[in-house]
Amino acid sequence: MKTHIYPAIKITVVLLVLLAVIYPAVVWAIAQLAPNHGKGAVISYHNQKYYKNIAQSFTDETYFWSRPSAVAYNAAGSGGSNKGPSNPEYLAAVKARIDTFLKDNPEVSKAQVPVDLVTASGSGLDPDISVAAAKVQVARIAKARAMDANSLQSLVDAHVQKPLWGMFGPEKINVLELNIALDQMTEK
Amino acid sequence: MNTEIFGIVAMFIITLLLGLPLGRYIAKVYAGEKTGLDLVFQPMERLFYKISGIDPTVQMTWKQHLVALLTINLVWFLLSMAVLMNMGHLPLNPDGNPSMSADLAFNTSISFLVNCNLQHYSGETGVSYFGQIWLMFLQFVTAGIGMAAAVVIFKAFRDKTTTQLGNFYEFFLKSCTRILLPICLLIAAIFVFQGMPMTMEGKDTMINMQGDTVQVSRGPVAAFVPIKHLGTNGGGFFGANSAHPLENPNYLTNMVEMVAQFLIPMAMIFAFGFFIRKRKFAWMMFAVMTIGFLILTIPNIRMEVAGNPALAHMGIDTSLGAMEGKEVRIGAAASGFWSIVTTMISTGSVNSMHDSYMPLSGMNELIAMMVNAFYGGVGAGILNFFIFIILAVFISGLMVGRTPEFMGKKVEAREMKIAMIVALAHPFLILVGTALATAFPAQGASTLNNPGFHGFSEILYEYTSSAANNGSGFEGLGDNTLWWNISTGVVLLLGRFIPIIGPVAIAGLLAEKKFIPEGEGTLKTDTSTFGMMVFAVIVIIAALSFFPALALGPIAEYFSMQ
Repeated sequence: MKTHIYPAIKITVVLLVLLAVIYPAVVWAIAQLAPNHGKGAVISYHNQKYYKNIAQSFTDETYFWSRPSAVAYNAAGSGGSNKGPSNPEYLAAVKARIDTFLKDNPEVSKAQVPVDLVTASGSGLDPDISVAAAKVQVARIAKARAMDANSLQSLVDAHVQKPLWGMFGPEKINVLELNIALDQMTEK
Repeated sequence: MNTEIFGIVAMFIITLLLGLPLGRYIAKVYAGEKTGLDLVFQPMERLFYKISGIDPTVQMTWKQHLVALLTINLVWFLLSMAVLMNMGHLPLNPDGNPSMSADLAFNTSISFLVNCNLQHYSGETGVSYFGQIWLMFLQFVTAGIGMAAAVVIFKAFRDKTTTQLGNFYEFFLKSCTRILLPICLLIAAIFVFQGMPMTMEGKDTMINMQGDTVQVSRGPVAAFVPIKHLGTNGGGFFGANSAHPLENPNYLTNMVEMVAQFLIPMAMIFAFGFFIRKRKFAWMMFAVMTIGFLILTIPNIRMEVAGNPALAHMGIDTSLGAMEGKEVRIGAAASGFWSIVTTMISTGSVNSMHDSYMPLSGMNELIAMMVNAFYGGVGAGILNFFIFIILAVFISGLMVGRTPEFMGKKVEAREMKIAMIVALAHPFLILVGTALATAFPAQGASTLNNPGFHGFSEILYEYTSSAANNGSGFEGLGDNTLWWNISTGVVLLLGRFIPIIGPVAIAGLLAEKKFIPEGEGTLKTDTSTFGMMVFAVIVIIAALSFFPALALGPIAEYFSMQ
């Protein structure tokens, strides 16, 4: 043990320099070439800066809503509900969400309510919704904004993000980008 | 839905295609053969040896290896306690996060030291950037330790009869410099262009479109996440781990993170084959592991894609799958796939919340950690699989009435005793821990997030994850208490070092023995028959040890939902 303690300490110091100083410094340097210099992807709109990948709370009936969040959409923290699939309290909460959604969207039938709109995401910050979850909100928004539902429908279609390289993963829609486009459409 | 399945198949195939050449490269690195990267690394390593006063040509016995390994771990433990208990007033703390309490620092230090990364804190509020970078350092070096231990076993079977098993520091340093660091740099370079933050600035304030003010936690994420996966560590930068949209911004990063964590566990198997010049044996191992992997992963994907029947009964559209605790950009299929990879290879990072999985999916995650030998965390998986091989050799030997032999060495009483201790320690730690926490409701039941059978699963999962050095959790558990911090800390320590010391000792003891050339009656260990034997041993040990506990948790929950 004694013969090993000094080499152990010294090699630790050397590796600290390599792995905890040089390595992150190199990654930081590469990040300076990336969009927004490695400070996270942002979208600017009306002189406001939004994080593209962080979900926002949308409760107004004129906006597309995000998925439920277990952390109230505050990215100072993150996490899911961690409710088990058979937890009665959880099932009651989902049922309440479905009822609320149906009340706010009277044009929608129960069988059309997509599961992602009534279940909390893993991070509480999921920036996306499924295509079905956007479509099911079109009627409400069209009514609230007194817009043509068809043009709203094509706005949704234009914002569908295809799977990676057309091959891998699910389709999705970024709620923030869609809502900004929605506001821009009304402004015109 | 098809694109989700293609994504999974692609991740597996890419890993396999990269794993083969990487395995060859790893074998060359440890054998000291020439590689294209010598020009860069040789001078650097020579400098490191010189500063540290290490002579890498000194050969060590298996005992010396273990002493060196344990000593350096002790140094890191003490340093880690010092960092985590004082980081509140150290530099690089823009968010003003506090230092850890003694018991939380104890748990966190051990859990990062043993390559587990069970986290009883949340990254956003629980550690400073100084602390994060220290933890990232541990993610590098503990992966290096696991690999160094595996190489001792490689070495023991390469030479016919020997006590000289190479130099610990050489194996350890080369693992860090020649394998982990270059691959991490490549991965990090991909990540920063996909919107993963790499900044030392603290939380940002954002006013939402509807006028709410929220904060956005950031940090040096893109440096942290590559080694978190490549070293099969799994500790998240943020509380939500790889479900967090800044820690896993899109499907591409999800694929890269998946390949990164799966890569070395797979490559090490091929490296073993190249190193001991028995490639067919490596394929036998690969086949057994892959069959076990598929048996667990396919049902999980199916169950998560099918969705929660309780929600389907409510009459809504559940065609997206079981989305509670999952992210839309990743989807139910890739989440289910990840849940088994991460538990099987002992990474323990999550891209969805395991607590909200269907009961039997949760059971498969538990089984993956209970077996803890398929592929396996950096190095450690091979060590555990090795124990099962020894048991299979012994049982086969008894069946044909011959002295059991493995790789030309007689397996005798001493080796068998060690193998049995290692094989039984794992269920012992899990079941005794779970039983204790269940027996004292003030410590166990009061911290649960879910009632009934699922609550029991939360306790079982926490100890299984600790003993398997996995680090994922049924995170609803309120685990930052004195009881959980100390008890899982102890389980973590034993769960790491028993499976390192045992196999290294067996390999060392076997290496000293006289080599017996293969004869007519030798049991061939590179055949499918022997592969089935190993598989049977694994199933029997896992089933006999864990079935009663699983019946009380996930299986009972499954039937309660019918």
